[in-house]
Amino acid sequence: MTMAQSPAQTLARYAPQITVFVAVVIAWEVIVRALNIPRFLLPAPSVIVAALIATFGTVIESAWYTLRNALLGFLIGCGAGIAVALATARWATVREGLLPVAIAVNSIPIIAFAPITNNWFGSNNPLSKVAIVVLITFFPTMINTVRGLTLVEPAKLELMRSYAVSELVVLTKVRIPNALPYVFNAFKVCSALSLIGAIVAEYFGGPRKSLGVYILQEAQLFRFDNAWAAIIIASVLGIAFYLVVLAAERKLIPWHVSVD
Amino acid sequence: MTPVVTLTNVNKVFGGGGRPQTVALKDINLQIEPREFISLIGPSGCGKSTLLRTIADLVPPSSGEVVVNGKSAHQARLNREYGMVFQAPVLFEWRTVLHNVELPLEIMGVPKKEREQRAREMLKLVELQGFERHYPWQLSGGMQQRVAIARALAFRPQLLLMDEPFGALDELTRERMNAELLRIWHETKTTVVFVTHSIPEAVFLSTRVVVMSARPGRITAIIPIDLPYPRDVETRESPRFFELVTEVREALRRGEERMA
Ligand SMILES: Nc1ncnc2c1ncn2[C@@H]1O[C@H](COP(=O)(O)OP(=O)(O)OP(=O)(O)O)[C@@H](O)[C@H]1O
Ligand SMILES: [Mg+2]
Repeated sequence: MTMAQSPAQTLARYAPQITVFVAVVIAWEVIVRALNIPRFLLPAPSVIVAALIATFGTVIESAWYTLRNALLGFLIGCGAGIAVALATARWATVREGLLPVAIAVNSIPIIAFAPITNNWFGSNNPLSKVAIVVLITFFPTMINTVRGLTLVEPAKLELMRSYAVSELVVLTKVRIPNALPYVFNAFKVCSALSLIGAIVAEYFGGPRKSLGVYILQEAQLFRFDNAWAAIIIASVLGIAFYLVVLAAERKLIPWHVSVD
Repeated sequence: MTPVVTLTNVNKVFGGGGRPQTVALKDINLQIEPREFISLIGPSGCGKSTLLRTIADLVPPSSGEVVVNGKSAHQARLNREYGMVFQAPVLFEWRTVLHNVELPLEIMGVPKKEREQRAREMLKLVELQGFERHYPWQLSGGMQQRVAIARALAFRPQLLLMDEPFGALDELTRERMNAELLRIWHETKTTVVFVTHSIPEAVFLSTRVVVMSARPGRITAIIPIDLPYPRDVETRESPRFFELVTEVREALRRGEERMA
């Protein structure tokens, strides 16, 4: 229940973060110059910015391809995760059989399957990347949603029992609202995972105009400033995606206290 | 007239099958007539909440019979013939105060406008006007409990089961709430079963006070309260009030001595 803030107040609120960011960038610049660190180890921020301006069109084109795959994979993976969780909320035996398997699968590094999906769909086919992102985002979303649907305070269920309502009403009035914070936590984790998945999958092969392939090739050609410029764009996308999820959370579940 | 609640030889044993057994209720026989106000009083852990729950068909008795309004407790629950205030408020953190109070009305299909109007009325009754748009976590414990009371009153049940509803209130608010509850009881012609740890509260409110003792949870005395109506501040200062308070206190003490 935050009050509307004026721009000045917002600035004041984020002053510590902004200060830290600016300080890090300045320190980075100064250290790189003072110690004469070679470019292939770590270019100075000013050099990266110059490279970013010079290559902006190409980088953005590549980033758009990667972002599209990440977003599509995120939507399908998270959507399927929620759907499966809702389906299993109804059948306890299915859920109890599925959950340990899902937790086990979730702890294996799914990104290792990237060469396989590249092989399935062809590495130039976006589906090979979307598939990896779907796999990466499906399990955390499903597991978290199942938790949210089942970890309901027993007293709430007892209250609903006193109203003699059907399981469907318990689902819509208690379990689903109870699950929303869990679902948003999954979304936050998956927003980062989906971009990581899409980019790393491209390292195993993909079209020339994709962030992963671009970063890989620029690095192999010793154009580290260009590689860094693309990494900066990837980071900005990751942070932006996370912030969008955060904003959606604040908008959709304003009652959730631990919004941070 | 058929009694509202008839408990015949009700026993409740928790645990067993390897786990330690607790005899929560032992040979409970009690008949509650329409428009009675019954208080249950007894040491902590003597089975007051359990007794309320068996009437509400939220825990099944181990043996014995529970009849509510001439039917099984189960059927009465399905007919939504009682309203319950639990020992903890059990509010839904995703609903505002107003929407929490509206919950049972929503479930029972009351149209939106009427629902809101009735919920507002109930909130006024428990002195919470102005807090309609707050979320439960923005209220104190005592305020939350009053929301729970408003919620139970909202659908005007003929039988009200209340488990220490005023436990978290300061003395003066509690006395005001007592007077309010008596007024509601009188106006709506409901039957109330009320758990409390406060002897003066039990005496002030009740037509009969049921005294219980612990391990095993039994009824050790039933004390009729013959204070005249309307009961008000002067009632609390009358000699008869103090006599009855003493009588209940001694009955409680006798119950404890028998245990020792
Ligand atoms: N679900 C349960 N499983 C096992 N034992 C239980 C359960 N519920 C209650 N008991 C036991 O039954 C006994 C009576 O509990 P109950 O909650 O009815 O007491 P109470 O009179 O309401 O106490 P208080 O005044 O502290 O609220 C206690 O010894 C408790 O440990
Ligand atoms: Mg209790």
